Amino acid sequence: MDDNNKIIEARNACAMGAAKFLNYSTHRTKTPLIRKNGELVEATIDEAIEKVAQILVDAHYPILYGWSNTSCEAQRVGVELAEEVGGVLDNTSTVCHGPSILGVQSVGLSSATLGQMRHRADLIIYWASNPWDAHPRHPERYTMFSDGRFEKSSWTNYLSKLRGEMSKKKIQRASNLVLKKDFCFAPCQEEGLPYSMYTKKRRTIVVDVRKTRTADAADCFLQVEPGKDYELLQALRVLVNDGELDVDEVAGIPVETLEDLTDVMVGCKLGILFFGLGLTMSKGKHRNIDAAISLTRDLNNRTKFLIMPMRGHYNVTGADIVSTWQTGYPFAVDLSNGYPRYNPGETSAVDILCRDEADATLVIASDPVAHFPRAASKNIAKHPLIAIDPEVTPTTMLADVILPPAFAGIEAEGTAYRMDHVPLPLKKVVEPPEGFLSDKEILQRILQKVRELKRDMN
Amino acid sequence: MTELIIKNGLVYDPLNRINGEKMDICIRDGKIVEAVKDKANVVDASGMVVMPGGIDIHSHIAGGEVDSARLLRPEDHVKDVEVKTALTRSGVGYSLPSTFTTGYRYSKMGYTTVMNPSMAPLQARHTHEELSDTPMIDKATYPLLGDWWFSLEHIRDGLIKENAAHIAWMLKATRGYAIKLVNPGGLEAWGFGRNVHSIDDPVPNFGITPREIIRGLCKVNTLLNLPHTIHLHTNNLGQPGNYVTALESMKCVEDLAREDRPVMHITHIQFCAFKGENWGNLSSGAEEISNYINNHSHVTLDMGQVVFSDTTTLTADGPFQYGLYHLTGNKWVNHDVETETSGGIVPFTYKRSSAVHATQWSIALEIALLIKDPWKILMTTDHPNGGPFTSYPKIMAWLISKGAREKVLSKINKRARKKSLLPSIDRELSLYELAVVTRAGQAKALGLKQKGHLGVGADADIAVYNINPERTDPAKKFVAARKAFNRAAYTIKSGQIVVKDGEIVKPIFGKTYWVDVKTSMPQDVNDDIKKKFREYWTVEYENYPIREGFLHAPAPVTVKAEV
Repeated sequence: MDDNNKIIEARNACAMGAAKFLNYSTHRTKTPLIRKNGELVEATIDEAIEKVAQILVDAHYPILYGWSNTSCEAQRVGVELAEEVGGVLDNTSTVCHGPSILGVQSVGLSSATLGQMRHRADLIIYWASNPWDAHPRHPERYTMFSDGRFEKSSWTNYLSKLRGEMSKKKIQRASNLVLKKDFCFAPCQEEGLPYSMYTKKRRTIVVDVRKTRTADAADCFLQVEPGKDYELLQALRVLVNDGELDVDEVAGIPVETLEDLTDVMVGCKLGILFFGLGLTMSKGKHRNIDAAISLTRDLNNRTKFLIMPMRGHYNVTGADIVSTWQTGYPFAVDLSNGYPRYNPGETSAVDILCRDEADATLVIASDPVAHFPRAASKNIAKHPLIAIDPEVTPTTMLADVILPPAFAGIEAEGTAYRMDHVPLPLKKVVEPPEGFLSDKEILQRILQKVRELKRDMN
Repeated sequence: MTELIIKNGLVYDPLNRINGEKMDICIRDGKIVEAVKDKANVVDASGMVVMPGGIDIHSHIAGGEVDSARLLRPEDHVKDVEVKTALTRSGVGYSLPSTFTTGYRYSKMGYTTVMNPSMAPLQARHTHEELSDTPMIDKATYPLLGDWWFSLEHIRDGLIKENAAHIAWMLKATRGYAIKLVNPGGLEAWGFGRNVHSIDDPVPNFGITPREIIRGLCKVNTLLNLPHTIHLHTNNLGQPGNYVTALESMKCVEDLAREDRPVMHITHIQFCAFKGENWGNLSSGAEEISNYINNHSHVTLDMGQVVFSDTTTLTADGPFQYGLYHLTGNKWVNHDVETETSGGIVPFTYKRSSAVHATQWSIALEIALLIKDPWKILMTTDHPNGGPFTSYPKIMAWLISKGAREKVLSKINKRARKKSLLPSIDRELSLYELAVVTRAGQAKALGLKQKGHLGVGADADIAVYNINPERTDPAKKFVAARKAFNRAAYTIKSGQIVVKDGEIVKPIFGKTYWVDVKTSMPQDVNDDIKKKFREYWTVEYENYPIREGFLHAPAPVTVKAEV
């Protein structure tokens, strides 16, 4: 940090994390804005809060959506506000790991905190997720390249693999020069699993529809045909339960390979399956997750096996958790009847918007217009839209009121939950610009104003 | 200065040996005082029972596990909802009530203090966030320390004093109240899917036994002068024949008792009092357990009463929950916590028609009635494991009335009924004894000096129930008594009337107790933990302890340690 209250270096963060800290304030909205005659004009914070409260009080069925990029303290006030205005509370899980939650609600989840993998996991599976790009420090801190009490890092394996690849290239180049023609190694036709899968060391498998950077670093890559994850998971369950498969291949993978894979899974000391959006948001949705969790359940009869969703937004886990302790349900909570009601598909934001039932939307710490289906986004824009977001996003561009808060975790403190439900403190690193309130303070003031307006109406 | 006087109530205050005397209780500024001025507000309690506010030593109401269970079971909530009112927040029940509902429901039953007995230290922040959102009651929470690597290593190396100092650090870092042990050694073994099967079974990779862990932490507890004893969930919980393990666990600390003061609390004893070799010939170990307790005074117990209902089991005992999942085939959540502990959740229905469940129902009551001294056995359901805490009024009725017990006995599984000792037990707890097992005894076991009694200087946490023992015998009119316990006529918390006729009239927030242990060398411990931090955990040292100001209303209990 330099003398002008500006962050100039971020240590201990991945590229994405560093970018968040370094350039956070470049494109921020500088004052509250209210749309008048189609134009966004500057307003004071009091005017904007009054306007927001009025919109919420006037609405019969507002949606309060987002929550995943702010602190739990703000989320706690958010639930209270949703209850006060009789709205629907939904967070980004609804278009992300919502199906995972439905999967958990039907079969459970055998999971752990990430340190458990670091200390004990000797078999790591990334299924339909690509941490190398999406969670860059995940392999390094918790899995492949981390050192634990009982399991050591497998970076030496990775290095020798890299060295092998490089020597191969060198030989190729040398032969080209000597032979003066293009020399090619015969494409590697690997029978079954690579030999390194049979060592006692920590091993990594990637299952995905395409070869990702994570797959390059892994010991073994299995390419599943798109949309056939469910079949593959169920086939593995059959094998784990000592059944037989009467086909040659499943989802593009030979059954012999799957049998070998099953042996490796059953023979590990502690296995972990991380799954990403490739599983939750492809054909099958929560059925895929159900199958994946059931596979780990079955594996637990033979060894210890865990499973964990790879969550995205930094506090989406917190949004689920806060909503759950206050209302009993993690997302898609309809509070319009005065009590919490939960029926994803009916009470989830996208579905309500597609049916055009909501007559106002408050968006905080997320950007639904950019990510929701077009029909839903169109209906968001049709009715009053409130955005509490420091950034300029497609959602704020369509908003009728914009309240820019201080950045949680940079300019405001709080609590956030890691994907494994470990709560961590968010620190205030720099002072927010003058007059900027935190999400929590903004919501508290809206809540107060809503109560005042309701009192006046009675 | 707010003053209040509760007039003409029949007061049951066992810690001050007051047994149903008609007297007035005076309150000023949240405390009980000798006298108040004439203009003080009056609560007319004539013809009603006045007791200290109810205390619950063991009830899972908040934290990571409870919340995961809430997430797991929408089907539990949908049948039991709380509508928002002008005063109260909305929420859901049934076995896993949301935080606000939890506070309101306890308060409506006249309860004012509840202990959350299980918290993974790494997730302490979560527990405290939820406790801050739990209104009406005072609360505290116990960190799980029986499988913490530091404990295991120190005990292995015979470093009890060092361990004590480290645990003092941990109690402060997590704002904890007592040392909780769950299946000591078993949870570390569960990290690799294994378990320990007796208190002398070695813990893999650490070369110590549960016996050493229990004894070690018992010594630590004494060195630290903690207000409560160690709080033990025994090994082999929920296994046929495990009453032997429970007895061995009690015996193994016999020599550590000081001046007849308890050094161990075994929680939900019902789950560790199974006799028999398998589920087919399961019977009650209540006689053996209560015989032992009647002859020894270094252990206190709580019941872990089973109530026939559709509930949720959740404990830190990962291997036990895994077993339960196999037994039921229900959905199953497992959550291991690095370096510290584990946890599991399985929905569970206790049926009258099941011989095992009916025997379990009988066991807890047998133990409670066979133990002569009510100060040694406290009433709990291990909420929600044996049943939701909202069934306490039912259990109170069973304890005070043989008729109430017989009514249930007539409906349970025949085999279980035949084996049950209950028909041979005529004992009915008096209201005085009931006040011991639901408040005075609980406060005493917890070392909460300001609570559980109505003497001058005590916290003005009071329950008034619409029962008139002068006119009717609650043992005979047990249905009326149950209804009265279900909806307190008044609940007074910190000197304010918060519940009237079973409805919330004033929403308030209670305090969170934690133990601030003063040791001689806190800095050395800090340095040691800091050194090993990155090796053991995946969070940074600076982010681990709970910072000042995080708790909504902290109430530190300062004690001076012998180390």
